Amino acid sequence: MSEQAEGTRAAQPGSPIRSAVVIGGNRIPFARSGGAYAYSSNKDMLTAAIDGLVARFGLQGERVGQVAAGAVLKHSRDFNLTREAVLGSALAPDTPVYDLQQACATGLETVVGLANKIKLGQIESGIAGGVDSASDAPIAVSEGLRRVLLDLSRAKTTRQKLVAISRLRPADLAPDAPNTAEPRTGLSMGEHQAITTARWNISRTSQDELALASHHNLAAAYERDFFSDLITPHRGLTRDANLRADTSLEKLGSLKPVFGKNLTAEPTMTAGNSTPLTDGASTVLLGSEEYARSHNLPMLANVVDAEAAAVDFVHGAEGLLMAPVYAMPRLLQRNNLTFADFDFFEIHEAFAGTVLSALAAWEDEDFCRSQLGLDGALGSVDRNRLNVNGSSLAAGHPFAATGGRIVASLAKTLAEKGSGRGLISVCAAGGQGVVAILEAR
Amino acid sequence: MSDSYLQLVNSVPAGRVAKALGLPLPVPLRRYQSGAPLIPGPVLVLGNGAGADTVAEVLLGWNQDVRRHAQPKERIGAVIAVLDSVTHPDALSAVMLELGQSIRQLARGARVVSVSRTVAGTVDPAEAAARRAVDGAVRSIARELRGGATANGIVLGDGVGIDTTSAVGALRFLLSGRSAFVNGQFISVTSDRGELPAVVAKPLAGKIAVVTGAARGIGAEIASVLRRDGAQIVVVDVPAAGEQLMKVANQTGATALQLDITRPEAAQRIIDHVRDRHGQLDILVHNAGITRDKLLANMDEAKWNQVIAVNLAAQLAINAELLESTVFSDIGKIVCLASTSGIAGNRGQSNYAASKAGVIGMVECTARVLDGGNRTINAVAPGFIETEMTARIPFGTREVARRLSSLQQGGLPVDVAETIAFLATDAAGGINGQVLRVCGQSLVGA
Repeated sequence: MSEQAEGTRAAQPGSPIRSAVVIGGNRIPFARSGGAYAYSSNKDMLTAAIDGLVARFGLQGERVGQVAAGAVLKHSRDFNLTREAVLGSALAPDTPVYDLQQACATGLETVVGLANKIKLGQIESGIAGGVDSASDAPIAVSEGLRRVLLDLSRAKTTRQKLVAISRLRPADLAPDAPNTAEPRTGLSMGEHQAITTARWNISRTSQDELALASHHNLAAAYERDFFSDLITPHRGLTRDANLRADTSLEKLGSLKPVFGKNLTAEPTMTAGNSTPLTDGASTVLLGSEEYARSHNLPMLANVVDAEAAAVDFVHGAEGLLMAPVYAMPRLLQRNNLTFADFDFFEIHEAFAGTVLSALAAWEDEDFCRSQLGLDGALGSVDRNRLNVNGSSLAAGHPFAATGGRIVASLAKTLAEKGSGRGLISVCAAGGQGVVAILEAR
Repeated sequence: MSDSYLQLVNSVPAGRVAKALGLPLPVPLRRYQSGAPLIPGPVLVLGNGAGADTVAEVLLGWNQDVRRHAQPKERIGAVIAVLDSVTHPDALSAVMLELGQSIRQLARGARVVSVSRTVAGTVDPAEAAARRAVDGAVRSIARELRGGATANGIVLGDGVGIDTTSAVGALRFLLSGRSAFVNGQFISVTSDRGELPAVVAKPLAGKIAVVTGAARGIGAEIASVLRRDGAQIVVVDVPAAGEQLMKVANQTGATALQLDITRPEAAQRIIDHVRDRHGQLDILVHNAGITRDKLLANMDEAKWNQVIAVNLAAQLAINAELLESTVFSDIGKIVCLASTSGIAGNRGQSNYAASKAGVIGMVECTARVLDGGNRTINAVAPGFIETEMTARIPFGTREVARRLSSLQQGGLPVDVAETIAFLATDAAGGINGQVLRVCGQSLVGA
């Protein structure tokens, strides 16, 4: 059925907007950087994730309303990454597409954007997604060499060419590799989080316990076949390569701290309670209720609402990864909800310290009054409802792919329960963050 | 795995050498191609009774060039020996000898098909002898034919007419390229149930089919052939095979269901999937199977149990729930993969042969349960088929296994798939509890 034929229910001015539903998802297992996908490009992985979604839901040759996806580490040649992936996939080639970039919130933001279009009646169906490869990262030439090369291309006479080349210095030949340092502070994400972790006095043990729970929850989810309709194997990898089902507090406790070693506080952040560099891709199929019904597709959960925030980490007013803490009360207030109204919490584990700092901040009366403008503490998150099927510490974190992983898993978890709400929180580089609400149908 | 010997002897010089040395001379088989003629030449219908006239009328209805006697030196596409009314062995000679005279005139890929009646339907020893004699003659003719020609039979049950739906369906199947690797076999038509397709080229139009073990090999080919014949497919395989399964699904417009069929919830997952996505299930192909070969003396518990669990116990469990389910169509078809190993036994395959013989037992019993209704269950027993699995057999053993059949070659996955697709059609509704071999008339288990 064509998109046009179904697109008859555009919201009229003043009419209530309609629901956007999560139909399902598909991702490839996440690999550690330099592992199974060492030679896969973002385009390869995103195409594979889309093709798996197409196979699961029988979308071969279909023109989906719109596909939105993105990557954080992106080659300049991949300016049309998602479009190229769709053209290489089993979807109809006349499927429109846009690329999006919002650091680690990219994946969640594509879900929010497409869900909004569905709610407004602009599209009937959409595929949201994200992909990242830390293995196949772009390497740029130095700024000096780049200027010389550009001047050289503009030079008309031999003399002008020689002048341009003469400006080249040996140091200019060193390539410019990407890193996770913030451009405005020069600090890596881990070092930024170490400041926040110390600020909230998050203990080493509590961080290791969170990491342990993530591994155990993810392993248990695999054990009960939870992922059989969420993941399609890729390049021989059938499970998230970072998962350590047999890890223990002793093993995690034996790791040496890697971040915050220059701070006065005792360093607590290790490779075990921080996410590793990861390769992977994820997708989420969204649609209107009419679309899902007319295609006999499941409806797992509604995308209810979302809120973005940003913080001034440059001048030290707030921690780099604390923006979701600020977005959360705005989202809850707008929807007249409190933490007690949620059955599941998906707080992206960039670092164990990120999750625990956010939880501590929401429980801190002074902070909530002074920084969030609330009357008191926002509240406590029931730890038994937190990341119940594992999160990024166990699964890994291919930046833009994390949002899709979380949305699809949470939607399925809500569908299994058959009722309730789920809350998502994703922090992002640049002091940004996005939080969102899903609701069971 | 390509059969390089077959390719070699079909080149002129090597073919001459092979002929001079008395080596096997396999030829490329006549397989189904969309748009190709049903039969490569005129059809000779032998036999004197009303049955022969009826068969001739059916063939004329298919716009075939029908002969009651062969013209000299004419290439014949098929010979149908209609022997449904023989009452004494003496009555066979005229038809058999005329058939013999036509054999040298057969075209490449020709078909010989007998039509006879079941021995079970008579209390007259002479009539039973005559009916059974047909089997022996046809199996021998199958061994004598060359040039990729085959000989098979249709056995009519008690009171089943020659123009009954499934007899006509079986006749068309055996004459067509779909039966290329079926040789020396008999298809029993036991009831007048079934329905011929509205569009001959799309006999499965509108059908919903589940194929297990569909990620590769024969399973992937089954999905492809069912799709070609018009069915909407659900492909199932273990989550670990999901990447290949995805490719098969996207090539056949199917939905992929990653599922370990040995899990206790497997039947319910399949039922839920087809109900939610497609509304109903018309065809279930139990193709998933594994081998864990060991001599029984060296067999461990895991190897034995895994093979029984996947190849047999899973089918039993899924059938039990499916046959109770309203999601499974009233005219639903189950087709199971057995194996010639399950018929003949095979060294090093006690577990596998047990599972495949068990499938045959299950099919025969379930067919009795279904008898009287419109659902059917049948099995297909492949012989040596060119797959990734048989490619791992050592060279010498593999070459011998290939030449053991009357067609002197291994079959292709598509040959198995074609037979399954036929048994899944409504035209096969009068065929129930059969184990149809797709083996080129292999000596194994013959």
